[in-house]
Parts: sequence; C-alpha cells; structure tokens
Amino acid sequence: MTITTTLPPALRAPFAAGGASAIDAAIANKLLGIALEAGGDYADLYFEFRVSADYALEEEQIRTLGRGITLGLGVRVTKGDATGYAYCEDLAWEKMAHAARTAGQIAAGGGHAPVGIAALASVPTPSFYAVPTPSLVVPAQDKLALLRAADKAARAYDPRIVKVQASFAESIREVLLFTSDGRMATDIQPLMRFGVSAVAEQAGKRQGGSGGGGGRYGLDYFADAKRDAAAHGREAARVAIAMLDAREAPAGEMPVVLAPGDSGILLHEAVGHGLEADFNRKETSNYSGQLGKPVASPLCTVVDDATIESSRGAVNVDDEGYAGQRNVLIENGVLVGYMHDRLSAKHFGIKPTGNGRRESFRSMPLPRMTNTSLMGGKDNPEDIIKSVKRGIYAKRFSGGQVNISNGDFLFSLTESYLIEDGKLTAPLKGVNLIGNGPEVLRRVDMLGSDFELSDGIWTCGKDGQSVPVNVGTPTVRIASITVGGTQA
Amino acid sequence: MSGVQVTNETIKELCDVAKLAVELAKKAGADDAEVLVRDGSELTAKVRLGEPELVQEAGSRALGLRVLRGGKRAVTYTSDLRREALEALCKETVTLADHAEPDEFARPPDPSLLATSIPELDLYDPKVAEVDAAWALKQAIAGEAAARKHDKRVTNSEGATWSRVLGATAFATSGGFVGGYRGSYASLVVEPLCDDTTDPSTPKKRNGYWWTASRFLAELEAAEAIGIEAARRTLATLGSKKVATQECPIVFDPEVARAIVGTVFSVANGSSFWRKSSYLVGKEGEVVASPLVTLVDDPLIPRAPGSRPFDGDGLPTRKNFVIDKGVLAPVLCDVYSARKLGRAQSTGSAGRGIGGNPGPTTSNLIMQPGSMSREALLRDTKRGLYVTQLMGFGFNPVTGDFSRGAQGFWIEDGALTFPVSEVTIAANFDEILKRIDAVADDLQLRSSTAAPTFRVSHMTLAGTSAAQP
Repeated sequence: MTITTTLPPALRAPFAAGGASAIDAAIANKLLGIALEAGGDYADLYFEFRVSADYALEEEQIRTLGRGITLGLGVRVTKGDATGYAYCEDLAWEKMAHAARTAGQIAAGGGHAPVGIAALASVPTPSFYAVPTPSLVVPAQDKLALLRAADKAARAYDPRIVKVQASFAESIREVLLFTSDGRMATDIQPLMRFGVSAVAEQAGKRQGGSGGGGGRYGLDYFADAKRDAAAHGREAARVAIAMLDAREAPAGEMPVVLAPGDSGILLHEAVGHGLEADFNRKETSNYSGQLGKPVASPLCTVVDDATIESSRGAVNVDDEGYAGQRNVLIENGVLVGYMHDRLSAKHFGIKPTGNGRRESFRSMPLPRMTNTSLMGGKDNPEDIIKSVKRGIYAKRFSGGQVNISNGDFLFSLTESYLIEDGKLTAPLKGVNLIGNGPEVLRRVDMLGSDFELSDGIWTCGKDGQSVPVNVGTPTVRIASITVGGTQA
Repeated sequence: MSGVQVTNETIKELCDVAKLAVELAKKAGADDAEVLVRDGSELTAKVRLGEPELVQEAGSRALGLRVLRGGKRAVTYTSDLRREALEALCKETVTLADHAEPDEFARPPDPSLLATSIPELDLYDPKVAEVDAAWALKQAIAGEAAARKHDKRVTNSEGATWSRVLGATAFATSGGFVGGYRGSYASLVVEPLCDDTTDPSTPKKRNGYWWTASRFLAELEAAEAIGIEAARRTLATLGSKKVATQECPIVFDPEVARAIVGTVFSVANGSSFWRKSSYLVGKEGEVVASPLVTLVDDPLIPRAPGSRPFDGDGLPTRKNFVIDKGVLAPVLCDVYSARKLGRAQSTGSAGRGIGGNPGPTTSNLIMQPGSMSREALLRDTKRGLYVTQLMGFGFNPVTGDFSRGAQGFWIEDGALTFPVSEVTIAANFDEILKRIDAVADDLQLRSSTAAPTFRVSHMTLAGTSAAQP
C-alpha cells in the first residue's frame, strides 16, 4: 500500500513505507494480536503524523511564526459496547506493544477465546483533495505576503479601521490504519485556514469584524479574486465599519431570515449533532426512534457530504478506515438516516457511513459531521426578505451550541440587520438566537434557490475533540424564533 | 495497573531536558530561549447503564521552545525529546525566527526578577496516582447507580466518568530560571437523563449533571452523593418552559456565577488592554462594579486547583486584586503586556502553553463571598430568574454587549417555582457588574474560577412575545 505524493521526506510520516520507522502489515498483525490477547472482539491501530505551522501579523508586523510536529499511535480494543484505548508517542516496539496490551485490558476477565485477525487488505481510497503543492512546502515569505496584503487591504478600506490582525494556519496530517477485521487504509489530509480581524473606531465607539476562509487547498485557494487575501481583509473591514452604526437588538419571538452559507451553523447545531448515531444508539438524542418520521418542514432536505471537493470537512477515508460518502439525513422533512461510526452502525445493523472521526491519535473515534448542508429550494432570495414585515436578517455567526438531549440550541450573530417592511434597515449589535432544533426546522417556511457552502472556517467540538467541518444553506426563512436582544 | 507516580526525579529529569534545550538553542544562534516541558498521564473510566464504556490510559511528553534572535521570535513544539531531535528543532526554530519582524517588547524579563525559590504548594497527591482502572470504574458505577436508583423518572443515562490527570511541568530560560513542579487532579461526573412528558404532544429528554473534583483523593465527595445530586438537579428541570420577555432580577447559581467572573478577566488583562479590545481600557482605579464585588487572583493557595509556584515568564507568583470593592485594580499582566502598557513590572500572571507565546492568565480567580446566606438572598428576591446553566458565547469584549442563553428556575415571592429554558438574558456587561446588589456566602473552591451565588438587579430576559398568553 503506497501513496503517490510529491511531499518532501520531512513532511512524510516516519511510519510510511520507506520511513524511519515504517509499519508494515506484519508489524500491524503482531500488534493487533497483542491487543486482542485478553479477549477483545475487535482492535484497530491508528498511526498519525501531523506537521503544522502558523503565522501571525499584528500592528502591521509579522509577530510570530510557529511550527509543530506530532506523531503517535492510538490503539483501540472493543468488547461489546466497551472500548479500551491507549496511545504512545514513540514508535519503538516496546512502547507500541505496551499500548496494545493496555487497551486490550478492557476485555480482561471475559473468558472468551481470542478472535482471529483477518488478512489485511487495502481499502480503496477516493481522492477529494488532491493538492499538488501543499502550502507547507511553499517558502514562508509567500504566506507572510498574504498576511501583509490582507492587512493593507483592510486599512485601505476605510480610515476608521484602527487595528488589523491576520493569521494563516496550515497542516498536513498523514494517517495509517489497520483493523482486526482486515482493513488497511491510509490518507494524506492537507488543511489551511486564513483569518483576518479588524477593529473600526469612530467617536469613541469601537466595533470588530472578521473575514476568512480555507479548506483542503494549497495556496491555489487564493487564485480566485473573490477570496484572495485582500478580499478577506476588505470583508473584515466591511463588517467592522457596518457595525459602527449597530443599534440594540430587539428581544422576543419574530421571523428570522438566514443568509446563505455561514448560516449552516444553525443547521449544524439545531439538527446535525442530534443525528450523530452515538446519541441515538444510547437513546439520549431528541431524534432517537424518529427514523421514517417527519422531523422538519417538507421543504427541508439535509445532507452530510464528505465528498465535496477540497471542502474543509471532506474526508477520503474516515478515522476508522471507511471511505467518505454522501449521506442523506432528512429528505423532504422525513428523517431517513443517522451519521454512524463503526460501533453505532453495528448496533443499528447497517454499514458505517464514513463519519467515524477523531481529533488525533489520542482520542477514540466518534460519529461526527463532515460538510453538512440544508439543500436549496425554489424561492427567490429577494422575495424571502420582502415577505417579512418585522424581523431579523442573520448574516454572520461566531458560533453555536446545542443540548443534544432536548434539542435546545443557541447561536451567536456577529452581523445582523433589522428587517422592516421587507427591507434591511439598521445593523444590530451582537445578539443570540435561541430555540429548539426540531421546532425550528418545522418552522422553515421559505427556502431560497441560492445554496452556498460556507468558506472553510468552522471547527466542531464534541466530547473535548475538535475536528474541521463545513456547513452550507440557501437563504432560509424561519417563521418565528426567539431573539435575545435587550429591547424588550 | 496503577498510574506512574510523578516523583522529584521526574521533575529533575524534565528540568534537565529543558536546560539542555536552552543550551542547544543558544548554540544554534538564539539570543534567548525559553523551554517548557510537560509530562502527563491520564486515566479515564466511563460507564453507562452499569457497564464499562471506555477505559483510556496513556502518558505523553511534549516540549515547547521559544527563541528570540535580534528581537524576532518563533515558537515550536515536539514530542521527540531525544538530543539529536532537539538539536534539529533548535536550528529550525532559529531559522524560522528570521522570518519574523523585530519586536522590542518581546525580550525576556530582567534576570534579577526571576523566581529563585519554588514555594511548596502541596499540589500532588500520590494516592491519586495509585488509583487503577478497576477502582475508577467502581466509583463511576456507584455514582451512576445512585442517580438511577434515586427516582424512577431517571430513565436513561449519559453515563458517569471518573478521571484523573497527573502531570509534571518544568521551565527553563536563558536568563537563568529553572524550576518544576508536579500536580494531580481527580474528578467524577454523573450525567443522568430523564424523559419529560409534561407536554405529551412534544415529549423531550432532559439531561443534567453533577460533579466533584480535587487534587486530593480524600477530598472528593462520595460517588453516591454526586449521583443523587445529579438526579435531583436533572429531575428539577422536568416541565421547563419559556417565560415572557421582560426586565427582571437575575440570580446566578455558583455554577454559572463563575462564568461571569471568568468573563471579567477576559476584559481585565494586559493583553486585552494593549490591544484595546476591552471596554474597560482606561478605567483602572475607577468604579467598574458594585461595591459588593471583590475579585482576587491568588496562585499561592495550597492544594487549590489553579495554584502555581511560578509563572510562564519564570517570575514569582503573587496574589493580585482584579476588582477591589468595585474599583478596577491594575490589570493582570505578563512581562510582554506590562511592557506594551509601559508598566514597570508584570503582575506575575503569565501563562504559557506548549508551542505558544506567554500571555496573562488567571490562577485561582475568586469572587469573595458576601455575608448573607443563599436562602436569604432568594427570600429577598420577589420575582426573577435563578440561572443554573448558560449557553453560547454572546459577549463582545470591545463594547461589553452580553447576551447568553439561560436555563434555570422562576423565582416568585422569594422561592424557586417552575423550571425555565430556551430564554436569553442580555445587558451591557458594565451594567451587569454595577447592578450586582446581593452576594451570598456560599463560595466553594472546587474549580480554578469560583464565585458564590449573586444577584443582578435587572437584565433583559428574552422569551415568548409579551403579546402571547
């Protein structure tokens, strides 16, 4: 099993074929054997190598450059629904064997004969992010030039811009996976993220704005003028200037129109997490037992799609060795599927959906989202805004949170406008929207034809593990939602 | 298998690695170098419905290096602590620094200010290290079982987790500082789940939790007591509903009061001040809160969760006021932010992670208790919202605008009545701090940021439209 890549040796994992501590099927077999000695019924080995770098500009100067390398092996052993997990950062044989033995202890005292290990065969790997020249191989100067370009563009946007920060983060993650049911998988995952924040000041009032994007790209990402470094700088400045005139937001229930793209974060919080199958396997989700039932307005079709080319949430193979795929979760309002990892798929008696992801070799896989979207509808986006007498137009978000068990969610707006008589009028100060996921999805009553994927900036946290994801929506009207302003 | 004890030999070994890396960085051409080394091990034992769900056990080491050369800096990290790997890392880091631009404020502290002795703060309990997976599982099982037995309406569980962390930290700088210390921390959390069929047309699930944590095993509360309290708290939320949009008093339970206190620090530190990203800039020495509010950061409390014997610049730590009877004290600084603000000295509040620059952080950030009991505070509140959980991140440090999701109980005539959820509370943070009109005496130092119950005279609660019944 080999990967063809143009990466220089310093960016290749030591465990790859030809590396300083190359791991082959024979070594993997021996480790899997040790892991299963105590009676476990499944084991996997997850080798991970990550090189990352970051660059920061502040006060018109390049402030800090950082670089880091992590390398390790995570060993998982399961026995029924129980998991034993151990890891090591050193690929010396004794260290790996010790981790395998420690993870295997979960099955100790079970009294079953050890299961066999299937012959290892490579899992076919699709390619959703072939990056010919990852940014890590490009000289630092090229990336610093991007930071300076964004800084300059933000300052040039308006003299009231008094402060700009810009950052660029990049990484390459190489994984190699072996499972006791006979699968071998490997993948190289590039990721980059560019961010700009700006502060505007006028008559003692200060407001901030941000812009950014990225994904599984090289620096070719910036070739598109709509998202080059200067464009992100101008966007940060635009938001900061627009917010200078922001007024206090209203409080109470009213119609909300979501702008396309970033608003997908509402979907991610309101329904996405509740459809991760671990919660449903344990019947701790609001969506447990709802398969085949209507859970949203018939306008809504929700899809989690790991196969979107170069998107921040794309995965060729998930962190359990299953190929990334497109999974329809809600079709015309009816719940048709969950996002699964190996454990939950086994529980529901279906095939894993390629959603088993982990932050690093230090953590066990969990069902996670990849690129989650509410698909486009038929309405003209302008008609949607025109239809609202008094409400909120939600454009940019800083994040959200959900309580899985009852579906209550909250998300924070950083750019929003009052809609009065079908027109966007005043910008509003930062405000939260709060609601209940299933209820909000039932209240979707207009859906635009202007579906957009967010530019890749989102990171999702669950059980202390962070993974890159993406979201998308068209313009959406929600008949009523609680807006947490101060003007009662 | 029990955990590996962190001994004084471990600390010495890490100090030696840190000193070696400093030397190698100097040899590679650095003017100055600062090295942080951490050794940690974890044990996590999670059970669900009486059966083990996860046992995770492992240890790891990491080294973070910061070099300065000609006023330019770079930070790197690695988990490979072999000498040849460190040599390569040091060379690479020095090269990396060449791409930065000089920053006159980034130089290390005057060596005469560095800590010369490390106070013993009693942060490590060998008994925590002696716990094995089987014992940890037993504790988690006992906690969860107590929650499920407590009431038949507890129908499911998100499980119970017993976990511990052991760690050693060593820090060395080219200015001559070398020091290290060890710490332990153990906790148990129980998370029951109830079916809420108060409104049969929209059945919901309600979750809740309760926890205990300490650096010392003997100071953990009994698993059964944690389970029962978790069940009680979860059951109390059954039938939660929205209330009408209105202005009303808001009482913060200690579990959320500490989040408010943490927010104060986010706008009262040297870094947010020199960046002018705080609404408090220019207000040191002025009244920024009610006279009932006194907030201290104290790194020197023996056995406390956030204590530290030296800071991330290698300076001695000390107790600092953040707010003294409503007046904003000089903000917490590390060396860099103190210089950026033109101050003579840092407050010894630098925090530093592996692979990052130092910055001001809190140690034990504590809001001082008042004199009235929590019961008396509630009795004194005619009506309003008692908040037990906050959601979301709605805070703008530049303007002070604050809006968070809230869950809790409605107060009527001085008593908690029905549970409330799906509402937000909002006000400007400046108003929130100045409107604190009652502080209770129920402070407990379970976490590194702690506060007693307190009341804000009024905030905007957003819920159902006022027009609705």
